[in-house]
Amino acid sequence: MYLATTDAVAKASEQEQSGVRRGRVAGPVLALGAVSLVTDISSEMVTAVLPLYFVLQLGLSPLQFGFLDGLYNGVTALVRLAGGYAADRGGRHKLVAGGGYALSALSRLGLLLAGGATAGIGAALAADRIGKGVRTAPRDALISLSSPPDTLGRAFGVHRAMDTTGALLGPLAAFALLWATADAYDAVFVVSFCFGLLGVLMLVAFVPGHLSQVSPRPSRPAPERHRPAAPRPRALGLLRVPAFRRVLCAAALLGAATIGDAFLYLLLQRRLDFAISWFPLLPLGAAAVYLLLAVPAGRLADRVGRRVPFLAGHVALLGGYVLLLAPTDGWPLLIGVLLLLGIFYAATDGVLMALVAPVVAQERRASGMAVLQTGQALARLVAAAGFGAAWTLWGVGTALTCAVVALTVAVAGAAALLPQSHTSSGGPT
Amino acid sequence: MKSQSSPPSPLSSLRSRVVAVAAAAAVLAGVAVTYTLQAAERAESADATSEFGLDRGKLYFRSTTEAAGRVARVPASGGGGGGTRTTGGPSCERFYAAAGTGLCLQRRSGIPPKSYAVVLDDRLREKRRIALTGIPNRARVSASGRMLSWTMFATGDSYAGSSFSTRTSILDTRTGYLIKNMEEIPLTLDGRRYHSPDVNYWGVTFAKDDNRFYATVSTKGKTYLVRGDMAKWSATTLRSNVECPSLSPDNTRIAFKKRVRKGTRDPWRLYVLDLRTMREHPLAERHSVDDQAAWLDDDTLAYALPGADGRKQDIWTTRADGSGRPTLRIRDGSSPAAVR
Repeated sequence: MYLATTDAVAKASEQEQSGVRRGRVAGPVLALGAVSLVTDISSEMVTAVLPLYFVLQLGLSPLQFGFLDGLYNGVTALVRLAGGYAADRGGRHKLVAGGGYALSALSRLGLLLAGGATAGIGAALAADRIGKGVRTAPRDALISLSSPPDTLGRAFGVHRAMDTTGALLGPLAAFALLWATADAYDAVFVVSFCFGLLGVLMLVAFVPGHLSQVSPRPSRPAPERHRPAAPRPRALGLLRVPAFRRVLCAAALLGAATIGDAFLYLLLQRRLDFAISWFPLLPLGAAAVYLLLAVPAGRLADRVGRRVPFLAGHVALLGGYVLLLAPTDGWPLLIGVLLLLGIFYAATDGVLMALVAPVVAQERRASGMAVLQTGQALARLVAAAGFGAAWTLWGVGTALTCAVVALTVAVAGAAALLPQSHTSSGGPT
Repeated sequence: MKSQSSPPSPLSSLRSRVVAVAAAAAVLAGVAVTYTLQAAERAESADATSEFGLDRGKLYFRSTTEAAGRVARVPASGGGGGGTRTTGGPSCERFYAAAGTGLCLQRRSGIPPKSYAVVLDDRLREKRRIALTGIPNRARVSASGRMLSWTMFATGDSYAGSSFSTRTSILDTRTGYLIKNMEEIPLTLDGRRYHSPDVNYWGVTFAKDDNRFYATVSTKGKTYLVRGDMAKWSATTLRSNVECPSLSPDNTRIAFKKRVRKGTRDPWRLYVLDLRTMREHPLAERHSVDDQAAWLDDDTLAYALPGADGRKQDIWTTRADGSGRPTLRIRDGSSPAAVR
């Protein structure tokens, strides 16, 4: 089996031996999943109502809102890298992730206290996005560090399913609150803060702090061979690991051919011409599919190797594009696209983390995941901008055709780039 | 017995942590429920009936302080901070009125939230209710009270994730004919028929004949003033960089907001365009105004600005010829509409 035998892994396998049924994931993964569930309720509550709050309650113009919203998306990329790096230094994953969760929770109070002051709102939004950026990579590193390598797919599947459950419940909770209180946005912020704080407390209480006792000292068997000499666990050194580089390039290549959900939903709306009030339900449909398939996709990834579902997920996305180009109509089109989009997320999001975990040494796990997530996000940004430009210049049909071609090429390229297998052989390099 | 979490801690320690988190969860739930109940109590029942009607010589607006969210009014003549305000009108996000017709844009929260355009008669009683989606933005009634138009921001319907697009509707109250989204109106831009998926209209203002209208159209990042014709159902661009036009009562001038700076810092300034000479001049107001200005008479314009000292919005007035100085007309108000 590839990868160091870590304390956490040893513990997890002990658990399995001591009678924990096969199919269960490690305790810390469940704990992190629960934290994510509660935190996502908190954050999606706010995300769902913010446009309304800004425009209706505060009288900000949509322009200002769009600016505030877009401003921090670039910032998060850098913060994410910093979070990953900080977590790796001294193995402070829990501390860094917890700091991120706490910062996001506190930002709700910031929104409450800011009143109508644009500067205050800007600061609160920044705090939220920074918190989200900081925590993501350490959290995913914790998941990978507390799971045996051959169950990583399942572990990420379980985590993403719990995470998505929270994301589905959040907007429902927020709109129910607004309905019950006749638009008391402050109540939404207070309840969101309570959920956020609960998430932090659960993290503190149930997620073990020193998984990374695994990294500094003990057993360093085989895989450490792509680690440079001990004293320089630098994040940039990651890029010198060929297997990591290949995963990164594949993810970026595919990301650059992923046009973004908003476009797909917009295309669906244009093709089907349904009432706009249904629009907010489209992401929920895709998320529900994601939720249902995340665990099966993860298990499949553990069994057949992670590159297969990862590539297949992108083929599903390709299918969605083709469906939008094809003369399909009505319910088959709607259900087909949402289903394929859900499959895409289920087969790629957590699976990519499971795919990259074994090729990154433990003491660089969080940095590696941060670099990968950032690379993918930036590539998707480019793709969205490119698709928007193509749509405006050449019309929607041509733009979609371009997307189909680009994604086909990207899938082929990624198939060539991605290492054949991680679970079996002695290592991908 | 096996422990769910893996740290090397005895069961008693896990149990104590579970108890601690459960206790914290109970406290947090208590806080959340208490706050929500208080907020629900605080919310006054949005009463639909109005304590006054539409009368000449009154300035109507949406109050953002006492009876927040409901329409209030003050005498149209006489300046000052508005000591004689009467509250207790209908509850609206955006309001406009002319002659015997009021237009009230409402939002009702729920899953999913709904919006309505409510047509009101001269007693401000509901005559017709049209279900919509999006966030209420602009509302106008023609001088005769016959033609109504409103604009909603649609979220999630955009090319970039976080930007908005608009849906503008036109209602003829005499025939009852409703155009829910005027996006399909044949548009002539710079002399040529124009097609693009990203065409957005907002801020319609009608002329006295209830047929000619002006509006903003935006496409490819630019905004234009368009002149439209209801009977012919066509629109033609006249000029670029004109947003939220508002036709003067004598129909000779258009007040509008003009983009004077790129970016989001103070981007707009109010201008008035003379339709005969097509010459424009800035108004005395130096703040960035994001509103469709309302003519109180042929010489005076009213508009909302973000309020100072924590107030949400205030209504200011300024002279249409660009002279003088802006005056704070109504504290804590928006959506000004003078019924003449």
